[in-house]
Parts: sequence; structure tokens; C-alpha cells
Amino acid sequence: MSEKVIPKASINSDSGKGLNRKGFIGWLSLGWLAFAGATGGFFTSMIRFMFPNVLFEPPQSFKIGYPDDFAIGKVDTRFKKKYAVWVVRNDEGIYALSTVCTHLGCTPNWLEVEQKYKCPCHGSGFRKTGVHFEGPAPRPLERHSVSLASDGQIIVDKTKRFKWEKGEWEIEESFLKI
Amino acid sequence: MNYIKNLIDFLSAPTISFTLLTVAFPFIFPPTDWFEKKNKQWGIYKLWTNKGAFWIFISVTFFFVIGYFDPYFNLTMTKPDNIPIILMIYSMIFVIWLGMKKAYNNDARLDRGEKPEEWNDPDDKVLVWPDLVYIELIALILFMVFLIVWSILIGAPLEEPANPAATPNPSKAPWYFLGLQEMLVYFDPWIAGIIFPIFIIVGMMAIPYMDINKKGDGYYSFKERRVGYFIFMYGWVVLWVFLIVIGTFFRGPNWNFFGPFEWWDPHKVEPLTNINLSEYVWVKLLNKGLPSSIFAREAVGFAAVIGYLFIMPLLLAKTKLKNLFEHYGPVRYSTLMLFGLTMFALPIKMYLRWLFNLKYIIAIPEWFFNI
Repeated sequence: MSEKVIPKASINSDSGKGLNRKGFIGWLSLGWLAFAGATGGFFTSMIRFMFPNVLFEPPQSFKIGYPDDFAIGKVDTRFKKKYAVWVVRNDEGIYALSTVCTHLGCTPNWLEVEQKYKCPCHGSGFRKTGVHFEGPAPRPLERHSVSLASDGQIIVDKTKRFKWEKGEWEIEESFLKI
Repeated sequence: MNYIKNLIDFLSAPTISFTLLTVAFPFIFPPTDWFEKKNKQWGIYKLWTNKGAFWIFISVTFFFVIGYFDPYFNLTMTKPDNIPIILMIYSMIFVIWLGMKKAYNNDARLDRGEKPEEWNDPDDKVLVWPDLVYIELIALILFMVFLIVWSILIGAPLEEPANPAATPNPSKAPWYFLGLQEMLVYFDPWIAGIIFPIFIIVGMMAIPYMDINKKGDGYYSFKERRVGYFIFMYGWVVLWVFLIVIGTFFRGPNWNFFGPFEWWDPHKVEPLTNINLSEYVWVKLLNKGLPSSIFAREAVGFAAVIGYLFIMPLLLAKTKLKNLFEHYGPVRYSTLMLFGLTMFALPIKMYLRWLFNLKYIIAIPEWFFNI
């Protein structure tokens, strides 16, 4: 008497044929995976793009010549352009100063007459030792590691920095005694 | 003529010019009754009449004409970079003059019981098309002609390719950032380059929420908001535009200060040995070495900054600014104080540097934290 009530939509309808619930979820996950993969790949290549293929950068560690090449009491500006360091020799030895102003990163100039490094951007001034004394720079210039190579030349290693405010100028490598 | 030039050079030294401007400012834009009285007495309000405009124009032009025929100032003035600054000085003065003229005019009308000049009959409409659009079109064409003529007459200020080892001396920011560069002379980059610009923008956005006086809405009026006028004008004209002018015309090699008619001597020596507050206190006053603990060393500086920014407004709310505090409520009052005091921290720090060679109030280079 009672007939089975069959919902029209679920039987023999076209949509049910090719795609059931399981299949739908499978396709959905595949779609999402593909989307995530494509987006991820896109962003990976974007990030990769930020890093240059070739770095036109001089070596961070380099020889600058023999200790006798440097006159006592002089600031040597020969290495400023290529390596961004000043090499200074005083009565006791040699140190290498970074040419980056500690205020906002401009490159100061060594003024021989005034015996100071003076930054043209905001007027910070540093003494020959690198210690700040005028303008807004809050700390002295940083020093780099200096040591003697086996052939007697001086090696400057810019990967090592010595900050005065952390007491690192006391470290032996920051100053080459001669 | 040389006498005038030397006088201008002398007056334009930052200590003197900045002080003169700061002292003159409350008389020009009087924020209180007393200043208002003096303003009336000395006839300073006449600046905002047509005659006043004529004399301002004549004196500024006189200065630039002398400058044009001066061998040193000519070099700075005619630099393609600096021509917009000269235009800016004129346009800025004109805009201030126009606003003040309208404001005084409206104040007088309201005193007589009339409606302000900007009041329009709601039935009296101006159509966007064609009335406004035509005006805009004409302005557009004129401005384009002006820009084309400018670009033909004056070459672009292009320089040699950038070289990290050679910083131009002096090294100047684009003209609209010279105010920032001047602030950087007195503050650490994180304050002058980050906190101050954010505060300037947020502070200007906050103005409508700070000034809740309904009178004066929609029309120029000086009387209704004279304190607001004074604070805004001081921040804009002195602490921004004037710093741009200083940076453009008065800063020379090694960022030294030069008068407009002075030769830019690259070897000018200005003795500027700066000292931190901690050194003043511990070394000069107490005759001891600096303590090794950072907090002990900078305690005075911290006390000064916290006292200035947080305790002083509290005390003022109880005493001198009691009325303001009650009228504004705690939230509005503290916001106003925070932005206002930060703004006035700039001239305070400038004077401390000029007068006492004070470098930083709090100096912790170990943490990149200097105020």
C-alpha cells in the first residue's frame, strides 16, 4: 500500500552520477592543494627575487698592506671607497674604524685640518679615535677586527665589529699592537 | 648694505632667530587677553589688512633681491632645488594672511551682530557643473602652463650617480623632509624619524576631537579658537616651515650653520662638545664617575622625562589648568597633553642643546635608547 517515498533529487539525477560526496571532498582538497601550491610557489619566487643572484660586494676580510705602510698619527682614507673603513695608526698600534655614522648611517668625512670625522647629514663629529663628541651621534664609530697574517700583512675582518659602549674596544682583536 | 647683511647674518643664527620668532609669536597670534591687548596696542593686527600684506610682500622681496645680488646667497637661492622653497615662503605667507584676514573680518562682523561672510543662503546654490568644473579646468590649464614653463627654464637638479663612499657635503634631504632632518640633529632617529612623524599625523587627525567648540565651525574665526590657532600656527610655521627654511638656506658644509650672506666655508669650526645629562649630573655635579648600572646612571634623565610628560600634566590638572581639565575630561585632556608636550619637547631640546650643549637627557647607547 504504502509506496516508498523517493526524493527526486537524489536518484538518477545528473549531478549525482559523476560526483558523490566522497569525490567532491577529494576534488575540493585537490583544488585547495593546487591553489596553495601555486600561491606558495608564487610567494617563494617573490621572496627569492629579493635576494640578488650575484653580490657585488668586496670581500669582508681583506689585506691592507704592511704595518710600515701606515704613518703614525695619520688616518688612512685609501680603503674608504672600496671597503668602508678608515685605518688609523697611533703611537701604539693600528685600528680600523667603520665609516658608518652611528646616528643614521651616512658616511662621514675625515677632516685633516680639524682632526675629526664629520658627518654631512646631521653634523655628528667624531675624534680620531672614533669617539663621538658633537652632534647627535649617540655612540662612537665601530671598530673592525685587525690582525697580522702569516706574510706580515694586516688583515681587516669586517664581519667582526667592536662597540665601545659594550666595552668591546678592550678586546685584543680590535687593536693591533705594533 | 654690508651692515644690513651682517645684521641679518647675526639675526639668523638659530639661537637668535628661533628665539625672536618664538617671542614674537604670541603677540602675532595672541592666545590670551594680555597678548590680545598688546596686539591691539602695537597694531600688529594691521598685518592682516591689504596694507599689511603689501609691506610683508615688500620686505620679503627686498630680502630676496639683496640675496640675489649677494655672491654667496645667490648660490643657495638659485639652486633648482631651492626655488620651490622660495615659492613656498610666499605661498605660505599668503595663505596665513588670507586666513587671518578672513578670520578678523568675520570676528568684526559677528561683533556687529551680522552673519559670517561664509554663511550662505541655503537657497542660493552654486552648481558643480558647469560653474565649479569650469573653474577647475582653468586652474588645471594654468597650472600645467606654469609647470611646463618652470621645467623649461630651470633644469632638473640631477646629480652624479650615487656612490656609497662619497656623501655630498652638506647632504640634504628633499626640501619637504628638511624639517625632519633638522629634528634629527637634536634627537635619536627613532624619535625624530618615527615617533614625531607619527605624532604629527595622528595629532593633526585628533584636532577635530580636541577642539570641541561649536562656534567657528564652517567659517574663519580667530576669536573663537585663539589658543588652538596659536598652538597649531607655532607647530606648523615655527616647528615645521621655519625648520625647512633653516635646512634650505642656513645649513652648509658639515651641517654647520651659516648666515644667508656668509660664505660656506667647509672648514668652519664650531666648538660643539656635547654632554649627556648623566655626565652633567654624575661627573660635573657630584664629581664621581658614571655608575655602572644603567638605571642608576640615567635615573635623573628618566625622572625628568617622566616628570615632564606624565607628572606635570597631572599637577597642572589640579592647579593651573583645572578649568581645562574639567571642561575636557580626563581622556581628551591627557591626549591633548601628550601631543602638546611632545610638540613642545622639540624647542625645549633645541634650547638645551644650544645653551648647555646637552646631547641626550636619557642616553643608553647600549639599547639604542636615547631621548
